[in-house]
Amino acid sequence: MNTPEVTLKSLDTLWFQVGGTVCNLACTHCFVSCSPTNHTHEFLTLAEVRRYLDEASRLGVREYYFTGGEPFLNPEMEAILEATLAVGPATVLTNGLLLDPARCASLKKLAAAAEYSLDVRVSVDGYDAESNDAIRGAGTFERILVGARNLHEAGLNPVITVTEVCREAITDSGKEKFFALLRSMGIERPRLKVLPVFQIGAEAERGGAYESWQHLKEEDVPEGGWDHLQCSSCRMVTDQGVWVCPILVNEPSAKMGETLADTLGAFPLGHSACWTCHVYGVSCRT
Amino acid sequence: MPEKLTAHRGLATWGERLVPLATFRQAAAEAGLTLTPEEREAALRDYGAPVFDPTPIEGPYSRIAVFGGVYSNHYALAEVLEEAARRGAEAIYCLGDLGAFGPNPEKVWPLLVQGKVLAIQGNYEESLASGREDCNCGYTDPRDNHFAEISYRYTAQNSSPEFKAWMGTLPRRRRVRVGNRELLLVHGSPRRVNEFLFQSTSPVPFLEVLLDQNRCDGILCTHTGLHWHRRLPSGREVVNAGVIGRPANDGNIHVWFAMLEAREEGLGVELLPLRYDHAGLAAEMRRERLPEEFVETVLTGWWTTCLEILPARERAASRF
Repeated sequence: MNTPEVTLKSLDTLWFQVGGTVCNLACTHCFVSCSPTNHTHEFLTLAEVRRYLDEASRLGVREYYFTGGEPFLNPEMEAILEATLAVGPATVLTNGLLLDPARCASLKKLAAAAEYSLDVRVSVDGYDAESNDAIRGAGTFERILVGARNLHEAGLNPVITVTEVCREAITDSGKEKFFALLRSMGIERPRLKVLPVFQIGAEAERGGAYESWQHLKEEDVPEGGWDHLQCSSCRMVTDQGVWVCPILVNEPSAKMGETLADTLGAFPLGHSACWTCHVYGVSCRT
Repeated sequence: MPEKLTAHRGLATWGERLVPLATFRQAAAEAGLTLTPEEREAALRDYGAPVFDPTPIEGPYSRIAVFGGVYSNHYALAEVLEEAARRGAEAIYCLGDLGAFGPNPEKVWPLLVQGKVLAIQGNYEESLASGREDCNCGYTDPRDNHFAEISYRYTAQNSSPEFKAWMGTLPRRRRVRVGNRELLLVHGSPRRVNEFLFQSTSPVPFLEVLLDQNRCDGILCTHTGLHWHRRLPSGREVVNAGVIGRPANDGNIHVWFAMLEAREEGLGVELLPLRYDHAGLAAEMRRERLPEEFVETVLTGWWTTCLEILPARERAASRF
């Protein structure tokens, strides 16, 4: 095996698997196979997040991202965001189902009180119910849009996140359809983030797993090195420790340590998902 | 066994397999490094260690003027040179991006030379001097990139080889002493020419580490188009000088620059609005058939392009 290694250039982005792998949905393309019964990773507590925020401040982390599972299932989520916004900008990735008007109002309050930006990303997998519900579950399209609209009405402009399971989202005309949908909801400045799929977890069952050639080799190292990979500037905290990136949390071998200090070294790009990040130029950041 | 990976019923997902929770947790507990407390402390210390920088130190001055992003706005450039002289600047620094948006890029060249402006390269100068096909602005949105391309193509076509070669001779960073403070002047950030340091996404702990690593008392930057100043708990300063090329997306037609002076208590930082002949600029842009979107920004003070890169907070304050 000649697996290339990526070095950590600077720890700019720290992720928290704040909702664990627990989700109120069980999307068929979820690369971490989240569901109501997946307790591979559990919720992070405010105390745990604080411990990592302290360490992250010493390392000069630039921004914080929260995902799951569904972050808003975590009963401490708003307190966690408040603690985070005291030290840096925060982005939450949510499925939108728990974004009722009261929740959106308190998020807006947090954003208004903070010195740093708060962004909310809402996932949807099609611009109509038929395509979205096939992936995210029956009836979810309408509920997601209600959540997005609640955010908008509270004065927060969501970033709509779509995966390439929706093939049209790759093209400009396909993106236009999402923009049109959002504008029809009164969101005048629609924002869209499109992510490729990782053929692991539930998605491996839905769309097929990686083939053996889909691996990075030493000779794949680009001229500028691996700095374009997010693992050159990020780490992921879960209740089980610190992982290399947000994608590989269901691979114990991708765990790098218990504290951030443990994880400042290099990581072997041995997983097929690393190939996707390289070939598609993936960043999970907004 | 459940059929679907999403039907765990108490099992854990390990790649494409389902395993007992205890098995996954055990494997995770054994994976990765667990450094000793001393090793952790050393790792954290090494991480923030300063990087060697051979940039010579200029000055010391007691008062300097600093501006960013000229964007071919020779009207504002002429104005800022006069204003800096009026305010007693002993040296005038430009943080790069001489071209973009505006008309007739070469007009700024004699002004910079005659005004003895000490400039560094922005991403525009790097791209033009090296013959890159794009401005390397760092945009991610297709509409932003569309307008960035128009402006870069126009600037590249209307800049002489001599002007482009001159851009390539400019340093990428400068170190300047004002009083007893050593300031690092960069275009985007000390790390990357096109890194965006917006106020709402440049947190204090991040900036403190950046200053530690670059061993300086202050950083001056531009690239975002929006000016801000943060005095850090350590007493050091980070100043985004903004740009004189276009207004700051706040509905006002003026542009911004910075004055820095040595004071007894440390460094005095002033961000100052600058009026210029914006109607003259708009007319010249129209004569050059530059996009009406660019002209609108000059006339209204609101950005119409390059908006998607704005963080949530800055975007919320924006009209479009």
